[in-house]
Amino acid sequence: MTRETSFRSRWWLYLLLTIALIVVITPFVWMVLGSVKTNAELRQVPPTWLPEHPTLDNYTSLFSRLSFGRYFFNSTLVAVVVTASNLIFCSMVGYALVMLNFRGKKVIFGLIIGTLMIPGVVTFVPLFVLVANLGLVDTLPGLFLPFLVAPFGVFLMRQFIMSLPRDLVEAARIDGAGELAIFGRVILPLLGPAMATLGILTFLGSWNNFLWPLVVAQTENTYTLPVALALVSTGQNQTEYGLLMAGATVVVLPVLIVFLLFQKRFIQGIATTGMK
Amino acid sequence: MAAPTTTPPSQQGRGKHKATSSRSSRPPGAVREERAGWILTLPFLLLFLVFTAWPVVQSVFFSFTDIHNRDLRTPFAVNFVAFDQYTKAFADPQFQHAAFNTAYFVVVGVPLTMAIALAAAVVLNSGISKFRSVFRLGFYTPVITSIVAVAVVWRFLLNPESGLVNTVLAWVGIDGPNWLGSTTWAMPSLIAMATWRNFGTAMIIFLAGLQAVPIMLHEAAAIDGANAWQRFVNVTLPILRPTILFVSVTTAIGYLQFFEEPFVMTQGGPLDSTLSASMYTYQQFSFGNYGYAAALSYLIFVVIVIVTVVQFRFLSERED
Repeated sequence: MTRETSFRSRWWLYLLLTIALIVVITPFVWMVLGSVKTNAELRQVPPTWLPEHPTLDNYTSLFSRLSFGRYFFNSTLVAVVVTASNLIFCSMVGYALVMLNFRGKKVIFGLIIGTLMIPGVVTFVPLFVLVANLGLVDTLPGLFLPFLVAPFGVFLMRQFIMSLPRDLVEAARIDGAGELAIFGRVILPLLGPAMATLGILTFLGSWNNFLWPLVVAQTENTYTLPVALALVSTGQNQTEYGLLMAGATVVVLPVLIVFLLFQKRFIQGIATTGMK
Repeated sequence: MAAPTTTPPSQQGRGKHKATSSRSSRPPGAVREERAGWILTLPFLLLFLVFTAWPVVQSVFFSFTDIHNRDLRTPFAVNFVAFDQYTKAFADPQFQHAAFNTAYFVVVGVPLTMAIALAAAVVLNSGISKFRSVFRLGFYTPVITSIVAVAVVWRFLLNPESGLVNTVLAWVGIDGPNWLGSTTWAMPSLIAMATWRNFGTAMIIFLAGLQAVPIMLHEAAAIDGANAWQRFVNVTLPILRPTILFVSVTTAIGYLQFFEEPFVMTQGGPLDSTLSASMYTYQQFSFGNYGYAAALSYLIFVVIVIVTVVQFRFLSERED
């Protein structure tokens, strides 16, 4: 009995999968095609597949009439700050929890794991009160401050560091290296795969985050892309489908490109942690 | 959630070293380790306590008060109202309605998402080797995109006149409904979109789980005369049970909080038919009723915990 069955006898599976794939991908194709159509064409019945008069007007008005450049900058800045901070601080804690002995370690670990499951909806009211009292409502720090560290990052780093050989640390100690130097020179260079996974997941989570920026960003200056898109699409521009499709493309395309570049890491991260 | 991957804490390896060293008064390395441990943990710990742990505690406190947005500057000088916010929630017809909608979304959406994900994973795992990674990549793409963006796109696809969905239905002679404008069809539309967006995550986890099913068991069952379906039910599913538990717990946790879909696509309408519990919580918050919103968010959390516990009971205890 051969395990590999021939292409021929499996043709119907390929057919099924291809149909499914077309269904899954169509909304994206429709979005990109729609973004270069005129509003008149978008309202046409029946709809057209390919744009009759391709135009970039939707994109230019996104950046001229609305300030999508500004929102793009805000989204990028927040995601970069949040990602960098999570990578630095979570790897430090992960190392300390696995390789070092210190008082309070168990309590700290319990606290972090205990809050891993608490959803964002529970904390956003008190967080808003806190951020408001710090005077940070409608500021960029108000957008990223609550996300600088996340229990999930510690969990992921700890899992990875546990798989590293302890002898590395012991050997460095015998050579007389200080604990912080061991972290910086011995462990940190080995964290590449874990850093990539955590970095990608964190960046993505921040880029797509919606509820918190919706609450904190109150004027145009601090909107992130999803907030701007949601407000444009539910406000007075809601019938300008071309504008909305272009806006959705601007929100989706950067992560789509990053995803295609690093898809292996993405999928590994999901398979090993089950988080998105 | 940590259960499947957590291995015993790292102390075990340490134990031996400690046993020899801690008998003497503190060895020179221990003080250094102690200090390094705290230096490395402190920045995280401060941010974590201020922005995660403290708000969790404070939201319990808020849910027992009548704090309103006019009390923003004096969050501790508010009236203690005991369980009033909770009793109010149970008597609030709009919240009941929202709770019902959320239950609808979860009860239909979670099994649907899991069934499609499992089917895709099984097909991808069964002899499709040539283009497996292409299909996997394609099916996974919606997961990484912003819900807000895809909700905007789907609103356009579901447009009753110029939308693609009704155009395609017209080809086969079906007169499609006004999806998002109908109290009957709005919720199924949101469930379809959520399933489309999320099944990729579950599929990837199922694929990882399927790798653990030994091919020999399948071959043995085939020799005993079991057909493909029997082998799936009697060999694959039992081995996959921990994975199914994990996927159903994480999917349910996500779906119980569903918010962006109704916010962008329907604003909770028509006639509150897609108003979710999270969305109602957000509304109450934006009206300034912070105490009430905190109580509602805690109710959602309690339901999440209950659903998780029930799933663990139901899916893991049938092992004899």
